Amino acid sequence: MSEPLGTGGLILNEPLLWHRGKKGRIGMSIPESDVPAAPIAAELLGPAVDFPDLSEVDVVRHYTRLSQWNFGVDSGMYPLGSCTMKYNPKTNERQAATPEIASAHPMLADELCQGTLQILYELQQYLATITGLDAVSLQPAAGAHGELTGMLIFHAWHRSHGAQRHKILIPDTAHGTNPASAALCGYKAVPIPSDAQGMLDPALVASLMDEDTAGIMLTNPNTLGLFEEHIREIADIVHAKGGLVYGDGANMNAVLGVIDAKKCGIDVLHLNLHKTFSTPHGGGGPGAGPVCVTRELEPFLPVPRASKEGDRYRLEFDRPQSVGRVHAFHGNFGVLVRAYSYILTMGEAGLKKASQLAVLNANYIKEQLKGVLHLPYDRPCMHECVFSDLWQQEYKISTVDMAKRLIDCGFHPPTIYFPLIVHGAMMIEPTETECKDDIDQFIATLKTITQEAAAQPELLHQAPQRTKVRRLDEVQAARCPCLIGPSDDGDQ
Amino acid sequence: MKELEELHLPEDIGYTDDHEWARLTGATVRIGVSDYAQDQLGDIVFVEMPAIGDTFAKGDEFGTLESVKAVSELYMPMSGEVVAVNSALLDSPELINQDPYSAWIIEIKPSTSSEYAQLHTAASYLDLLKG
Amino acid sequence: MRYLPHTPEEIASMLATIGTKSLEGLFATVPADCRMTDPWPLPAPKSEWELNDHLRQLAGTMRVNADAKVLVGAGSYHHHIPETVRSLAGRSEFLTAYTPYQPEMAQGTLQGIFEYQTLTARLLGLDVVNASMYDGASALAEALLMGLRIAKKKKTVAVSKAIHPHYRAVVRAYLQPTGYEVVELEVLDNGRTDLSGLAERADIADIAAVALQSPNFFGVIEDLEAAATTIHDSNALFITCFTEPLAYGLLKNPGQCGADIVCGEGQSFGIAQSFGGPGLGMFGCKQAFTRNLPGRLVGETKDLEGRRGYVLTLATREQHIRREKATSNICSNQGICAMTAGMYMASLGGTGIRQLARLNYDKTQYLKEVLIKAGARIPFSGPVFNEFVVEFPQDFRPAYERLLEKNIVAGLELGALYPHLAGRYLFCVTETIAKDTMDTIATEVRA
Repeated sequence: MSEPLGTGGLILNEPLLWHRGKKGRIGMSIPESDVPAAPIAAELLGPAVDFPDLSEVDVVRHYTRLSQWNFGVDSGMYPLGSCTMKYNPKTNERQAATPEIASAHPMLADELCQGTLQILYELQQYLATITGLDAVSLQPAAGAHGELTGMLIFHAWHRSHGAQRHKILIPDTAHGTNPASAALCGYKAVPIPSDAQGMLDPALVASLMDEDTAGIMLTNPNTLGLFEEHIREIADIVHAKGGLVYGDGANMNAVLGVIDAKKCGIDVLHLNLHKTFSTPHGGGGPGAGPVCVTRELEPFLPVPRASKEGDRYRLEFDRPQSVGRVHAFHGNFGVLVRAYSYILTMGEAGLKKASQLAVLNANYIKEQLKGVLHLPYDRPCMHECVFSDLWQQEYKISTVDMAKRLIDCGFHPPTIYFPLIVHGAMMIEPTETECKDDIDQFIATLKTITQEAAAQPELLHQAPQRTKVRRLDEVQAARCPCLIGPSDDGDQ
Repeated sequence: MKELEELHLPEDIGYTDDHEWARLTGATVRIGVSDYAQDQLGDIVFVEMPAIGDTFAKGDEFGTLESVKAVSELYMPMSGEVVAVNSALLDSPELINQDPYSAWIIEIKPSTSSEYAQLHTAASYLDLLKG
Repeated sequence: MRYLPHTPEEIASMLATIGTKSLEGLFATVPADCRMTDPWPLPAPKSEWELNDHLRQLAGTMRVNADAKVLVGAGSYHHHIPETVRSLAGRSEFLTAYTPYQPEMAQGTLQGIFEYQTLTARLLGLDVVNASMYDGASALAEALLMGLRIAKKKKTVAVSKAIHPHYRAVVRAYLQPTGYEVVELEVLDNGRTDLSGLAERADIADIAAVALQSPNFFGVIEDLEAAATTIHDSNALFITCFTEPLAYGLLKNPGQCGADIVCGEGQSFGIAQSFGGPGLGMFGCKQAFTRNLPGRLVGETKDLEGRRGYVLTLATREQHIRREKATSNICSNQGICAMTAGMYMASLGGTGIRQLARLNYDKTQYLKEVLIKAGARIPFSGPVFNEFVVEFPQDFRPAYERLLEKNIVAGLELGALYPHLAGRYLFCVTETIAKDTMDTIATEVRA
C-alpha cells in the first residue's frame, strides 16, 4: 500500500477582505475618461460605497489563500453520493471561454448569433437522443429549476385537459427538492414508503393514485442507488388514472445508454448537466437542468426554443401552450457549452462506457466494504451504494465521526444522513473517473476507520484535526446568525 | 441521547402523543414540550410561536421548534386562545433544552376544560415511549 | 478515453470481486422493456484538437464577434473583466468543489461567499444577502413569492411595466399555477412607474408587494424614496429589482430608500455575458425577513478551538430539511458566480466602483447629447444611468445596418418587447465604449 494520502502542510491565515488594503488602492484598471464630466442631480447621488480598497496583489493573495482551504475534484476523490462528482475536463472550460461565445449578447437578432443558436439546437438534439425523449428545453438553471419547469408543464397539461389536480405522489427516498418544487405549483405531496427491498411497490402506487393526483415524481436509480424495477408498471398505473410521470434525472450517470426514458413511461425528465455531463459545480453552482419531454408535452416547454430551418438556426417564440419563460435568457449557457463539449468528446461509446464504469466502481466498493459497514439493502447497486453506522453505534461512533475522520485521511466524505429512510446513512458515489488504485486506497482507509472506531473512538470524535479549522459550532451560527460582516469593522 | 429511564417526566402535567405537555395554571393552561422531545431534537436554535389572540383547535399546529438540521411542528394538546407567549425563548431557545418544563412556550385560555383529562399521565406517556 | 482510467485487466479483476461476468451484467436489474436499444446518432468523438477546431468554426459564424462594439444592455452588460478575476475564479479548488456541506474542507468557498454577502449588502444597503439565486428574473419571482409569504393572506402582487419584459414573463410563469394575481403598473411620460393610483384602486387593495426596477428597463432611475412611501402607505412590501448593480456605485441604494426586499442580476460584476448565463441572482432583505429568505446563507462561527470559521446556516428554511414547506425549492445556486462578483467588487474597491460608475454615467450622457445634436429625441425625460431610449427622426434601420458593417451594434429595437415603442431603440454605454464609437454613431444618424 502506498503512503497515507492525508498529511499536514503549510497553509496561511488570511483575514476578511475588509481587514486588508488601504483607502486609495485599486485592484483594477479603469479606463481614463475621454468624455466631459456630466452633471448629476444631487438627489440621485448615494453615499460612498463601503468597500475596502485593495491592490491587485492584495486581491490575488487573498483569494489564492482562500482557495488553499478548499478541496475540489481536482484535489482528490470526492465520493459525494447523489452529486456525481466526476472529473471536470479542462477543455470544456476552454470551449466555454471562446471569445465569441463568452461575449455573446443574449438579445441579438438570430442572424447575428448563429453559432450560439447552433450549440443550443444541437445540444437539444443530443439530449433528446441520449434520453430517448422527443424534445428538450435548455432554460432551467439547475436540477430543482428543471423540476419546477416539469411541474409547470404538468400543471399546464392538466389544465389543457380541463381539470386541475391537487396532489402528487413522491417516494420517501426523494430529494427534498421534489416536494418543494411540486409545492410551488400548489401540489400536495403524498409520500410513498419504499418496500423492504428499497423499491416502490406498484400495488401501493395503485392504491394511492387517483383522479385528483397529477402524477408521480420518481428518481431512477433511486437515492438508495437501486434501479426501480417496476417503473414501467408504475408508469402504466399512473397513466391509466390520467396522471403524468416525472423522472428526476439526478442519477442518470448510472444508466446512460442503458435505459430509454420513454420506454420507462417517463413523460418529463430533467438532467443535471453539472453531474452527468461533467460541468464543474463551482462550490454550489451554477448547474444546468434541461428538461426532456415526450412529443405530447412538447407544446408546453418554455420559450424560446432553438430550431433549424434549412441551414439557419432561429429562436422560436410562437408556442401558445408554453409555460412561458423560466430564465431571463437561455439558461446557464456557459454550462451548456461545457456539456456540449463533453458530449462531443465522449461520443456514444464513451458516454455508455462512463455509466458502466460508474456502476462498476460503486459495486466494487459495496462488495469490499459490506463486511465492515452495515449495508441496509444488499442488492446489486447502480452508481452509488448506501451504508449505515449501525455496527459502529456500540462504540458511540456515528456516521458524522467517520466522515470527519475521512477528511483527515485526505478524502472528501460521502453524502451523510441521506436518504432519510436509512438511519445514519452514508451514501458513496465514486463516479467513473476514479481509478482502481484510488478506490482501493479509499476502501482501505474506510476499513481502517472502522477499526479505529472500535480501538480509538476519540480519534474519530476529534476529527478532523489536519484542516484549517476543526469542527465548527453550527448551533451558535444558527442561534445568533452573523450573516454579514459588521460595517465598522474595517482597518481602513 | 437519553435512555428512557433517564427522562424527567413530572406527574403534575398532561402529555400528548406528539410530545407536548400541558399544565393547568388556574384559568389558563401553559404548553411546552417534553424532555423526550427536546432530547430527540438536540440543541434548539429557534422557536416559532403564534401571535397572542390566535385560536387553535386541539391537534392544530401552533408553532415549530428548530434544531440545526431539523424542524419539529408543535401541536395543540387542547383547544383554546393564545393569551401569552414565552418571549424569553426568542433570544434563548436553549432554555427548552435546559429545563423543558419551566420553559413553557405558550399560555392559552382553553375552550373547554374537558380536554385536559384526555391527555396522557406521566406513566401512560412513558408506556407510549416504550412502545 | 482520457477521462476513463480503467485498464481491461482492472475491469476484469473488479468484476471478479463483484462476481459478475461482464460490464453489461452489472445492469441485470434493469428490465428488458426499459432498455435503450437504438444506436445514438451522435457525432463521432472528437480529439481535443478537433474540438478546438469545431468551436472555432462555430465562433466564426457569429456575425457579432468578440471585437464588436455592442451598445446593447437590456439585462446583459459588457464591462471589462480583470484578468485577476478570471484567473482566480478559475482556480479549480473553487471551481471543482461541491456545495460546502463539509465546512472544514470548504472554508475558502465559505469565507468567499460570506465576503460576497457582506459587500453586496453594503452596496445595496441591506441587512442580509443570500449566497445567490439563478438570475435576476427568477430572483424577482422568488422575491414576490417571499412577499406573499410575509403578507400571509394577501393574494396579489404588482410589478411595474418598466421591469425587464423577460423578468415579468418569468414572474408570470412562476405565479401562474399558484392562484396569485400579478397586476402591472403603467409607465409615466418621464419613464418612471406610475404609482399614483396605488392607495385608491380597490382592485389592488389586496396587494402583498410592489416591485420596481431601478434603473428600469428604459434606463430610467426610479424615485425609490417616494415609491417606498407610497407603497408602504398602502401596506405593501417594497421590492426593488435591478439589472445593472454598478449603478449603485453612484446612486442612492435601495435599502437606504426603504426597500424591504432587493434582488437583481449581478452579471455586470466580472461575469462573462455568455449569451445570457450563467449570471448571478443577487438577493437580500431587511433583517426582519431573514427567516423568509430563499436560498443558502453563510454565517460566521467558531471552531472547537475558538478560531473564526464559516458554515451554511439557517438551513431549516431550505428544501433538504423542510421539503414541501421550504421557502424555495432552490438547491444548486450560482456559487462560483457569487465568488466572481466578490472578487470583482474587491478589485474595484469603494474608490474604484464610484469612479467606474461615474465613467459609465458620463459616457452615457455624452452619447445622449451627440444623438440629440444629430436630431434624435429622448422620449423619456427621467434621469438615466447607462441606458436610455432614443427616437430617431427617420427610420433608423439603414443607419443600424451601416453601423453593423463597422462592427457596431447600435442599440436594441423595442417593438418586439413594447409594440407602442416600435422604431425606438434602447442604447447602453459602458466603460468599454470609446468616444470615437459614439461619434461614429452620431455621424451615421445624420447621414
